[in-house]
Amino acid sequence: MDGYHQHQYLEGEVRIPSGCAISGIIDRSGKRFSGGDAITSISVMHDRSNGLGGGFAGYGIYPEYEDFTALHIFYYSSEAKRKTEEFLEEHFDLINLSKIPTEKHKAITDEPLIWRYFIMPLPTKLVSSQLDEDEYTARCVIRINKEIDGSYVFSSGKNMGVFKAVGFPEDVGAFYRLDDYKGYSWTVHGRYPTNTPGWWGGAHPFSLLSYSVVHNGEISSYDANRRFIEMYGYACTLKTDTEVITYMIDYLHRRQGLALEEVASVIAAPFWSTIERKDKEEREALTYLRNTFASMLITGPFSIILGYNGGLMALNDRLKLRSMVAAEKGDKVFIASEEAAIRIIEPNPDKLWYPIGGKPVIAELYTTGQGGAHGHQLPVSGL
Amino acid sequence: MAINYLYPDFEVQRNESRCITCRVCERQCANLVHHYDAETGRMISDESLCVNCHRCVSLCPTRALKIVKTDHVFKENANWKGEVIQDIYRQAETGGVLLASMGTPKPYPVYWDKMLINASQVTNPSIDPLREPMETTTFLGKKSTSIRRDEQGKLITETSPQLKLDIPIMFSAMSYGSISYNAHKSLALAAQRLGTFYNTGEGGLHEDFYRYGANTIVQVASGRFGVHPGYLNAGSAIEIKMGQGAKPGIGGHLPGSKIGQDISKTRMIPLHSDAISPAPHHDIYSIEDLRQLVFALKEATNYTKPIIVKVAAVHNISAIASGIARSGADIIAIDGFRGGTGAAPARIRDNVGIPIELALASVDERLRAEGIRNQVSLVVGGSIRSSADVIKAIALGADAIYIATSALIALGCHLCRTCHSGKCNWGIATQNPELVKRLNPEIGSEHLVNLLTAWNHEIKEMMGGMGINSIEALKGNRLMLRGIALCDAELKILGISHAGA
Repeated sequence: MDGYHQHQYLEGEVRIPSGCAISGIIDRSGKRFSGGDAITSISVMHDRSNGLGGGFAGYGIYPEYEDFTALHIFYYSSEAKRKTEEFLEEHFDLINLSKIPTEKHKAITDEPLIWRYFIMPLPTKLVSSQLDEDEYTARCVIRINKEIDGSYVFSSGKNMGVFKAVGFPEDVGAFYRLDDYKGYSWTVHGRYPTNTPGWWGGAHPFSLLSYSVVHNGEISSYDANRRFIEMYGYACTLKTDTEVITYMIDYLHRRQGLALEEVASVIAAPFWSTIERKDKEEREALTYLRNTFASMLITGPFSIILGYNGGLMALNDRLKLRSMVAAEKGDKVFIASEEAAIRIIEPNPDKLWYPIGGKPVIAELYTTGQGGAHGHQLPVSGL
Repeated sequence: MAINYLYPDFEVQRNESRCITCRVCERQCANLVHHYDAETGRMISDESLCVNCHRCVSLCPTRALKIVKTDHVFKENANWKGEVIQDIYRQAETGGVLLASMGTPKPYPVYWDKMLINASQVTNPSIDPLREPMETTTFLGKKSTSIRRDEQGKLITETSPQLKLDIPIMFSAMSYGSISYNAHKSLALAAQRLGTFYNTGEGGLHEDFYRYGANTIVQVASGRFGVHPGYLNAGSAIEIKMGQGAKPGIGGHLPGSKIGQDISKTRMIPLHSDAISPAPHHDIYSIEDLRQLVFALKEATNYTKPIIVKVAAVHNISAIASGIARSGADIIAIDGFRGGTGAAPARIRDNVGIPIELALASVDERLRAEGIRNQVSLVVGGSIRSSADVIKAIALGADAIYIATSALIALGCHLCRTCHSGKCNWGIATQNPELVKRLNPEIGSEHLVNLLTAWNHEIKEMMGGMGINSIEALKGNRLMLRGIALCDAELKILGISHAGA
């Protein structure tokens, strides 16, 4: 920018608070279903987005490549593509590569080149790095995003993929032809940013490895969280809440090995007065976690749905400053910003409730863990 | 009069129509400014002795007194100001080092006043502390770097020793000797009632105060006064004093006149002998020596107390702090150059060291750059004057705050900056029993409790305004600050944007 001509800020140049809509669906039996339900669900919350970002994460969508990392990459120049592919060739075996199929849509414009790669680390490189595969892959992804101008990896998990763009989420779903994909769980996000970044990478979900986060809120702890997590090799280049939340979850869950409930008790820690009332063992554990990872407490309004291989976790800030509803019908669990977004795809849930602030709702494949939608629940009657 | 006659700085103005010659002023002034003239039946004053401490003004029942700055001037000169000329006269006459007390009065930039705090509007809600929990509890100490579990997979929750503070503010080191027994007792009582800590300073711990150990930080300084195993184990933490913001690079000197019976016993030195703290610790000439003292103290206390290393803010502070963080210390305390002192050479106080705001910003950033910020807590002091300063310090990256001058002002100090005379009319910086008893520890502690309770209310209001309901989410949250009228270099060091950006 030359400081004279007007300039629209790019994502990452300024911090952009967003309001949003989120929705998530999982079939705990592992039965795969198309992205169509997620599109329908988010479309009734149209007014919670403003057309400046929408996106999906689908899990179980690449069973034929489940052992390989699927990279989804935006390229803004062929030079960026060349550099990135050079970097990938240096560090990975490229099993398959192709453009991601899209369909022209009048509301989705200015699309970058959108490519997909199935990769695995070069064995010799991996060994000499002394890292495990996840850490190796994560570092490479962060490096591409930080260092190669015009190239942005927006999905880097296994048997999962993120699809996002600038536009309303239902249009984004049509653009990526998500009806053609089948997964056992889907999350979706419609964005209402206060600025007009117009950059595809800034849409949500935000993802690292197989973690993806959709988020509604504006966290007041952002810079405390960012400056802390950046100590551990993460680079928050987008200046968005979702990015920093994803990195914190990756750090706590993958690198520190905390269980998801423990992760929730760090980022949405119970009040000290609540901790005081717990029995000794729980009190000591909660105190330890809150004290040890004090700088990862998130304050301010948020509702998030974390997607991971085998499950979804929904979490509200501890004051519940953002709406979030959960429901259950047979094997399916639904989570959304508004009840209407659930009822449009499941008019008669067996159970519907408003999760309490700070208490995670975790829904996993029966084969993954405990199954069920557990966590504290407030049954809602008469609705 | 000599050619270098110094005209008094102040004039004592007495409203004769109000004065009832009750002679309170005369009895209250340890500097002997006032006396009764029997011949005229009037009070007269020798203003050359006045230090402008307001004791007489505050106690005059008819408000007949006020102290004004003299309008006697040297010929105006922007370079050779009156005080410069007077200092030269003083030194030409005495050949001595100029002594001063409390923090520097020089007009250096106060960066606290050049930072503004954020508040929520529209995109996220502010939080009302009267309706919602607002947490200010802070733990100081080293945090685990990785999670450990037992065979059953349960978290191992053992940690390095931690200090738990109900409010993120502690009373920083002031020795018994530099301040009075009653001042110390006021601080101890207040710390106990507030759920925080006071600090013995380098003068040892009076035997009466061992009972406040749970709220005490004991200090080990270069003079090692009053240090013995019982002392080390009496408090909740041990502070190694390497330096003080008001006088970086030099030690201390408590004149023998102040070493009475009690102080001699507490400091474990002979009666009326000068208590001289050397400039360096003579067993610490390098960083590896510091590590040895840190672990010697941990050994002496069986690894039950966090060790604080206190240093003055000097030019290379971030590298020094990084070294301390790797020396085994649990907490680093940094004292800025505007911090107070009971006595210091004026030239050192006014010219050596750097402002705490810049030191804090740079240390916090360096420790993060090296990935070791969570291994050590950061406490800063050196002229924290209000709850707003506290908020700004925490947002820059401090875990907690040390206050001392603010605490003394709450006890009645009027900042006359003559502590080194030992004639504190408010009973704070004196060992004269007649003066000491003017400070009632019950009332003193109540004022301290009031002050910090009020600050804590204000902290909660400002946090709520930012949409933050727990102090840890404010720590290092520099987006909550904007600079005003700062240049690029200053903004870069502080790690904040300019207002409007």
